[in-house]
Amino acid sequence: MNQLTYGLLTGIMFGFFLQRARVIRYDMQLAALRLQDFTIFKFMLSHVLVAMVGIYFLNDLGLVKLSIKATVLGGVVLGGLILGIGWGLLGYCPGTSLGALGEGRLDSIWGIIGMAVGAGLYAEAYPYLSKSVLTWGNYGKITVPQVLGINHWPVIIGVAVAFLGLLYLLEKYEKKSRYSRPASISKHR
Amino acid sequence: MAKDKRWNPYIAGALSGLISIFSVFAVGHYLGASTSFVRTTGMLEKFINPERIAKMDYFIKVSPKIDWQWMFVVGILIGSFIAAITSGTFRLQAVPDMWHARFGSSVLKRGLAAFTGGVIAMFGARLADGCPSGHGLSGTLQLAVSGYIALICFFAGGVLMASFLYRKEGQL
Repeated sequence: MNQLTYGLLTGIMFGFFLQRARVIRYDMQLAALRLQDFTIFKFMLSHVLVAMVGIYFLNDLGLVKLSIKATVLGGVVLGGLILGIGWGLLGYCPGTSLGALGEGRLDSIWGIIGMAVGAGLYAEAYPYLSKSVLTWGNYGKITVPQVLGINHWPVIIGVAVAFLGLLYLLEKYEKKSRYSRPASISKHR
Repeated sequence: MAKDKRWNPYIAGALSGLISIFSVFAVGHYLGASTSFVRTTGMLEKFINPERIAKMDYFIKVSPKIDWQWMFVVGILIGSFIAAITSGTFRLQAVPDMWHARFGSSVLKRGLAAFTGGVIAMFGARLADGCPSGHGLSGTLQLAVSGYIALICFFAGGVLMASFLYRKEGQL
């Protein structure tokens, strides 16, 4: 199998799980951003927990390579906030917009076209941004274990404990507010 | 209330994590989505003005072609379609329920908001060099500092926008 076939099959499986967990629809994404339903957090944190342990284990055996994105504070902080604002308005992120279209949510088409336009605008602005925002606070490709100067396994355990603690709190919070949740969210569960 | 046939998000999330591991192990690719939008736009613009695209810095950095990630993003569409059809949850809908309850049934109004949101989201994603997949999943699982900062900023921006859109009447 070549790279493209692997990409397609990986996407099909990922899209299948996203849809079955019901995390790609607008109502679910907005419910997360309105702090009413934390299904998306549960999905994401579970993904990260499993893949973090698996990939670092394989990396220790020399079977896989890490691919770390640079920490450029200007780009990551500003870009991250801008993406968040757009995400709140669109209700889909780049990956889930295609998944939403797959389950028939036609409004995602407008979003997908918008994102293609956004990518074009960014390409136009890139020569200026690369000389300004993208030079602010460039710390290179750093990881949390590198910054702390310790082995990655204590960090992995720390992150796992923090995630599990967060999920426990979210479950408790959800139980408490279950009866005040708007009907539009629970309808599709 | 409809029958609760949705998969437990912890199990679905964990299974998708195994997909992540398999992908990195088999072909060395971490999950991500937003770069593919750049490649698509580049491919479309190439039809109009190939010479200009060939000289643009960003399209030199991210060349307009179909690659692993582009196929992955197409796969998400297909996988979601299969899952929706086989579970009877496929539903053609132009205005989401929650949006409808707050802003009414106008397809155009929802469309304009979705388009504008898309433009903003992708500009931000490229500036941040990643989206909730590339930074939020692949970055955080590799313990990249950029992944954690990005994920916090994504949610901060999103919560801000959502609380503005769905503020109680009379506020602001």
